Amino acid sequence: MSTVRALSHRPKDTRRRRKMEPIKILSFITLVVTTFLMLLPLFFMVSTSLKSKREMLKFPPSFLPESWQWSNYTEIFDTLQFGTLYKNSLIIAGFSVVGTLISSALVAYGFARFRGKGNQIWFIMLLSTMMLPYPAIMIPQFVLFSKMNWIDTFFPLIVPAFFGSAYNIFLLRQFFSTLPEELFDAGRIDGCGEIRMWATIALPLSKPALATVAIFAFIYNWNDLLTPVLYLSSSDKFTLPVGMSSLTSSRFRIPPWHLLMVASVLAMVPIVTLFAVAQKQFVEGIVLTGIK
Amino acid sequence: MINRENRRQTFYMYLFISPWILGFLVFALYPILSSLYFSFTDYDIIHPPKFIGLANYTEMFHNELFWKSVVVTLRYTFIGVPIQLVLGLGFALLLHQTIPLRGFFRTAMYFPSMVSGVAMSLLWYWIFNPQIGLFNYILSWFGIHGPAWLMNPDTALYALIIMTFWTAGSGMILFLAGLQGVPASLIEAANLDGAGRFRIFVNITLPMISPVLLFQLIMGLIDSFQVFTQAFVMTQGGPNYSTWFYVYNLYTSAFKEYRAGYSSALAWVLLIVVMLCTALIMKLSNRYVHYEGGGRK
Repeated sequence: MSTVRALSHRPKDTRRRRKMEPIKILSFITLVVTTFLMLLPLFFMVSTSLKSKREMLKFPPSFLPESWQWSNYTEIFDTLQFGTLYKNSLIIAGFSVVGTLISSALVAYGFARFRGKGNQIWFIMLLSTMMLPYPAIMIPQFVLFSKMNWIDTFFPLIVPAFFGSAYNIFLLRQFFSTLPEELFDAGRIDGCGEIRMWATIALPLSKPALATVAIFAFIYNWNDLLTPVLYLSSSDKFTLPVGMSSLTSSRFRIPPWHLLMVASVLAMVPIVTLFAVAQKQFVEGIVLTGIK
Repeated sequence: MINRENRRQTFYMYLFISPWILGFLVFALYPILSSLYFSFTDYDIIHPPKFIGLANYTEMFHNELFWKSVVVTLRYTFIGVPIQLVLGLGFALLLHQTIPLRGFFRTAMYFPSMVSGVAMSLLWYWIFNPQIGLFNYILSWFGIHGPAWLMNPDTALYALIIMTFWTAGSGMILFLAGLQGVPASLIEAANLDGAGRFRIFVNITLPMISPVLLFQLIMGLIDSFQVFTQAFVMTQGGPNYSTWFYVYNLYTSAFKEYRAGYSSALAWVLLIVVMLCTALIMKLSNRYVHYEGGGRK
């Protein structure tokens, strides 16, 4: 290490470092180009959402709307009960996040902190369910929920979240394993029970990891299409993705592109907000838990 | 004493993991087993299942749509997944350097991954529109006259593969986390020994992040086998079945044609293929994947 530092203190080296290396200039240019390509669709999504019905059919598409049609954003609420779709999606995603957080944190703690009999076997089972494709179990689950009379209710979309999800349990377990044993020893001396140690020691220290799980769970449930398509049949119970997918259906001779884009923008709003609020904890959480 | 501590540990472990065990039994194990049983029956979900032996499986192998869905899915997977991995890793490597605007680039690249699902499908449905869409407009800058992407059986699947480029950011985030775990001292040491960038990448970086690579390969494969949303929203499996994905086929059989028995057989074939692929990759990768501390976690 000391050699490295000594070498880099030579004047010749410092001069070279001030100039950007060619490989970095090349990287920078690549990044500018790809980022431009990645953001372009998003830009057009917002721009098209503000165009008039006539302008959206123009080719080439104009970068900015000629006249800004803010009314598109109210129109979609009038014609497609967007308010109801939004509310339903928020209820389902909200409860699922709460359920996932509580159950996954409990189970992950159990796996991380106790070396009970069968720990390894159950953990391998857990990991293998991560590879279980949902379509493989969806028909019997559908039969099960229909026997419980849960079809066309939110229960099939919310209740399973309260039993933990493998990916999130795995993530949190990795995190809980890194908490120092001394903390819990101290808690034990103070007479804390295991549940209280979980709630007062482990959880507060795990905010970044919990935020990561919350965001993953929210994004997953907010965007999910297949499960709500299976279980929800009356249109006042539809979630946002189900309602939106009907927009491309053949009942329109020409798809209302401007409204499709309004819907896409509105569907992104909660996720972007969440990400903006929790970004620091989110990135930290991914780095801390790492996938190993 | 040791015995009592053991019993205490076991008690608390089961107390904490009991929600998952319960969920596992009700929402995973029971469905898997009943799915296996259904796959040997004629079942429309309303009337009780009727046992018909292997008929569903033999039908599958003679069913043209089944084979169509297999080919479509495999094509999508074998072209799309490697591209996804390479792009994700490439972006991560670019952004692992100290470079101006790094934070902005990271966020911008990850951003599209948050749009996934129906919103993304709607957006790209417009992008690929031959008359007014963005894609052919950009191609026209280079003098290329683009095809009618989603309406042309020859290009529809490739359009959906091109679309996956947009979500490479989600892989990038995981690779970045992996790259941060590569000890700087190792790279410095190699640097002093005169190793070039490429040597360092192949001999140090790649082995050190191989668990992340393996994880993403397996998850990418499993996700790719299960594509549904794009087919449902953008193409309805068409044109001429060119995007007739396996799970779209499975969904149609069960919930449009009410053939839950046949569909369960499809589900079990999917399950077996996923298990075989995972096992195979794990076995092949044993030699190449490096885990810290030598042992496997």
